[in-house]
Amino acid sequence: MVLIQAIIEIFPDLTKGLAITITVLIGAAFFGYLFAFIAGLCRLSSKLFLRKFTGLYVEIFRGTSLIVQLFWLYYAIPMLFGIELGSNWWAGVIAISLNYGAYMSEIVRGSILAVAKGQSEAAIALNMSRYQRMRFVILPQAIRMMLPEFGNYSIQMLKATSLVSLIGMEDILYHGNIIRSTNLSQAPIVYLLVLVFYFILALPLIFLTRKMESFSKKGVASG
Amino acid sequence: MIEPIVTFQDVHKSFGNSKVLKGIDLDIRPAEKVAIIGPSGSGKTTIIRMLMTLEEPTSGDIIVNGTNLWKMEKKGRLVRAHEKHLRAVRGDIGMVFQHFNLFPHMTILENCMTAPLHVKKEPKAEVKQRSLEMLDRVGLADKVDQYPSQLSGGQKQRVAMARALVMRPKIMLFDEVTSALDPELVGEVLQVIRDIAKNDDMAMILVTHEMDFALDIADKVLFLDEGVIAEQGSASEVIEHSSNERLQEFLHRFRA
Repeated sequence: MVLIQAIIEIFPDLTKGLAITITVLIGAAFFGYLFAFIAGLCRLSSKLFLRKFTGLYVEIFRGTSLIVQLFWLYYAIPMLFGIELGSNWWAGVIAISLNYGAYMSEIVRGSILAVAKGQSEAAIALNMSRYQRMRFVILPQAIRMMLPEFGNYSIQMLKATSLVSLIGMEDILYHGNIIRSTNLSQAPIVYLLVLVFYFILALPLIFLTRKMESFSKKGVASG
Repeated sequence: MIEPIVTFQDVHKSFGNSKVLKGIDLDIRPAEKVAIIGPSGSGKTTIIRMLMTLEEPTSGDIIVNGTNLWKMEKKGRLVRAHEKHLRAVRGDIGMVFQHFNLFPHMTILENCMTAPLHVKKEPKAEVKQRSLEMLDRVGLADKVDQYPSQLSGGQKQRVAMARALVMRPKIMLFDEVTSALDPELVGEVLQVIRDIAKNDDMAMILVTHEMDFALDIADKVLFLDEGVIAEQGSASEVIEHSSNERLQEFLHRFRA
């Protein structure tokens, strides 16, 4: 009974963080995919400078810690360069999306390269331009290959949003920490509930990823 | 004398250190049907791939309709052609591939319609009607809404031909189009090519291993051996009456 009562008390407090977690996730996913496509396409560019520059971005953001990147964006860059990102919401969204965009750009690049060479040859034989080949033949097939991986990374991004509690954003984990600090004995139940919250949020993403896997099995020529 | 629609002038092609083609000279006239035969690795496919702009020649000139395909004039000098030039020149050329290369994410009808719609910017109703006619001609009128994965190899290859024909090319290239097919499906594909050869007035270049078929439809047969055209002439001259030893050996191995 004590347990249920505790849950009833804690639950509403945690839901206060829901909006922050979800909006950060949506923002990070949107910009993350955007950066992934831009960087992925740049790495396939015929311009050497563009390829190298994007390569540098990808390696820096893959090779360093997301928390440190977040702190850089929120604390260090405004101080050094006077660039304000507007709010900690933007700092969180940009840090997470730059980081995951770097990872996902490799998926974009790999999927485009994985579309069979014969496909672009057939498109050339139909006299399509470079843009038309990409738009009508390569990307529709490459995106089918990307979708399941994008689903996986969306789930990871959801979990990464909990880091924004470290730059003072009041997300689910932040509220959990507040409840625990005022009532230390409830730590296990608080963090159990926090886990449940993330899991419930992840469920639709997991479901969507499965859907995408079966969708992507159809309609791709590879080899 | 009719002007040739395609001319090769001393065309060479190397891949790394290996010289595949060592000086190809060739004239193809409008509506002429040319078969290229020869041992594998002799560079047959490379010839038509260069014409389709899928491979760039190492040296030499390819002239299509009076325009140099791979070179263009810039400030009075010939420079390497850019994409726009290639597109302008290759618009009259269509190609069918050994492995079909249909677009798997499009229906059969969409496979045929995409290029005329977006490349030639023709009206949709007209493109649709022409695509349906062409698919009917290759015997696939009942498959238009299916996806390539639902078809047999022979059906896929017939779609690939319809897709190329809808673009109304003046030159059609066939790259060993029956080599990837099960033996019982070869006939239906050859039948369609025979129909095109008899009824359409475009030039055709066929890289093929089907000797009897080549003999039947080709006006001219080229025997390619070790990177050069070792023998050429009418089908009966080359296949039945040539004294070229390598050719005899090649044909013998084929008929054995």
